[in-house]
Amino acid sequence: MQSKIKVSRYDPETMGAGQQRWDEFDLDVHPSATVLDALIQIREEVDGTLALRCACRASICGSCGMRVNGDAKLVCKTRIADVVQEGETVVVEPMGNHPVIKDLVVTLDTFFDKVRQVDPYLQPDTVPEQGEYVASDESMVNLLTAMNCIMCGACVSDCTVLEVDEAFIGPAALAKAWRFVEDPRDDQREERLEELNNVEGGIWDCTRCFKCVEVCPKDVAPMDRIMEMRDMAIEAGNRNTPGYRHTESFNNSVKKHGRLDEARLAVESAGYTNVPRLIDLAEIGVKSVLKGKMPPIMPHKADDSEKITRIFDRVESERNS
Amino acid sequence: MKFAFYPGCVARGAGPELFDSAVAVMDRLGIEWVELTGAACTGAGVLQEKDQKLGDILNIRTLAMAEELGLPVLTICSTCQGVMGQADRRVRRDADYLAEVNGYLAEEGLSYSGNTTVKHLLWVLVEDIGVETLKKTFVKELSGVNLAPFYGCYIVRPSDALGFDENPERQTSLETVIEAVGGNVIDFPGKTACCGFPILLINQRNSLRMVANHTGTASELGADAMVTPCPLCHLNLDGYQPKARRQNNRGKADLPIIHLPQLLGLAMGIDTKTLGLGKHLVNTRDIVRKVDSISVAS
Repeated sequence: MQSKIKVSRYDPETMGAGQQRWDEFDLDVHPSATVLDALIQIREEVDGTLALRCACRASICGSCGMRVNGDAKLVCKTRIADVVQEGETVVVEPMGNHPVIKDLVVTLDTFFDKVRQVDPYLQPDTVPEQGEYVASDESMVNLLTAMNCIMCGACVSDCTVLEVDEAFIGPAALAKAWRFVEDPRDDQREERLEELNNVEGGIWDCTRCFKCVEVCPKDVAPMDRIMEMRDMAIEAGNRNTPGYRHTESFNNSVKKHGRLDEARLAVESAGYTNVPRLIDLAEIGVKSVLKGKMPPIMPHKADDSEKITRIFDRVESERNS
Repeated sequence: MKFAFYPGCVARGAGPELFDSAVAVMDRLGIEWVELTGAACTGAGVLQEKDQKLGDILNIRTLAMAEELGLPVLTICSTCQGVMGQADRRVRRDADYLAEVNGYLAEEGLSYSGNTTVKHLLWVLVEDIGVETLKKTFVKELSGVNLAPFYGCYIVRPSDALGFDENPERQTSLETVIEAVGGNVIDFPGKTACCGFPILLINQRNSLRMVANHTGTASELGADAMVTPCPLCHLNLDGYQPKARRQNNRGKADLPIIHLPQLLGLAMGIDTKTLGLGKHLVNTRDIVRKVDSISVAS
């Protein structure tokens, strides 16, 4: 099968940081070839200076994360025929949100700095009198999702928040944090949740864009783990954030009216005592009114909204019992 | 072609121009509709943070209402599409869960059996109406008009809740529609990224950096306007564009953000007042003028 591969190149000895050059290769590859097969073929047969990282070639070591046609993937797990039609070009770049060392190789230093930030080890209060820490199978099976993480960096590469804010702890490290929050042998659950709730770049900064869920090659679904920790943090009594107020206001609006009351949501998320933010909202509000598009003062209601309220009441009472 | 219409909270609240333009356009397209006025907000992913089952009950309730009418659901909001689609996927995969959810609907005499679908207007255009029929409703060809697509996360991810395997054309549907009206697609990597709206009220600085990046890049690439099928993206990309671009030194806020039905309406020759093009915070005067200068095809 003929295949066109376009590869991003960067040589730190001859190019300035952030620069990039594109090389194109026409290859004859096996119909079931992976992108990694093609890259190795380039290195062995065409250009021995191409730098790339790989090891197991079986999507378990997490070494070969790269961007293929814009999305982070393990290139050993990605068949060329699955990403392009015959004749189309495969575009391969280093992962995003990681500093590039050379060509397709990034450093994972920043990745592991963030993993270390969440104390990724068990912190039990007591030491068993003899033997190991015992946990039942049932209490651990839930953790398998996050334990599948192979630290490849794909989720971090495509995280839309990290793109604008380096302080965000990010999907991989937050999924790792969840794994210890949920571990029955750990005794720092409350402290971990409080820290993740309060720290800059913590659980409330995720924008819920599903990128990490989509690109993770191991179905860790980091975003789902972050959402679970938001609820856990609230349940543990952390109610000092705009994120908490936003969720509560949203919930109360839909419970009461069946619909979302945008104006109230904005004000309540800011907090009634947050004067600068309220002035800012008022500015947008006034502009919207002048354009004739402000939401009605009385919130729009769903017909028979009391039926919706009853569903909320029932679910909430079951949850609390 | 008849649908159970679910406009979503924004079209019925802070974005009335979306509702008005959608109704005008559906009339031209021959789409009949009945609004699901008793349906709840989808939860937009926020309710789901707190309680996913509660969100699923509300969304399956909406689908059950449409099923009772024997109609598919039509939405004009990427977020509503995604959130309802995700709930639908979860109950279709798990019969026990569907039974549990139906248990909460029994009191109202509702029950869902998976005999309806939820479809964004964007998909209806390319799948049910078809590009050739769609083009027949246009009186103008917007040639020379540069349009940047902006999808909204929930109509592109997670892909397994969006039927991309069965309907791969959905993944490029917005570009297809821009080409159908005769416009030039301004392609840019941000088109499937996050607009920042979900964190606008939580971390405004980051949210506005996203707005500035997307609108700034599209402007620099020569876009006359950005087109979106998501009213939440619209609220952020339009409403906060001036502040975002000022704060992030990305030039002046000169990129009008156009709702998908407004774009169709311009090509159909519907007047700008009906389309609500005066209700945007970023002025749409230049793009309207550009379209006005194109003569109506005889």
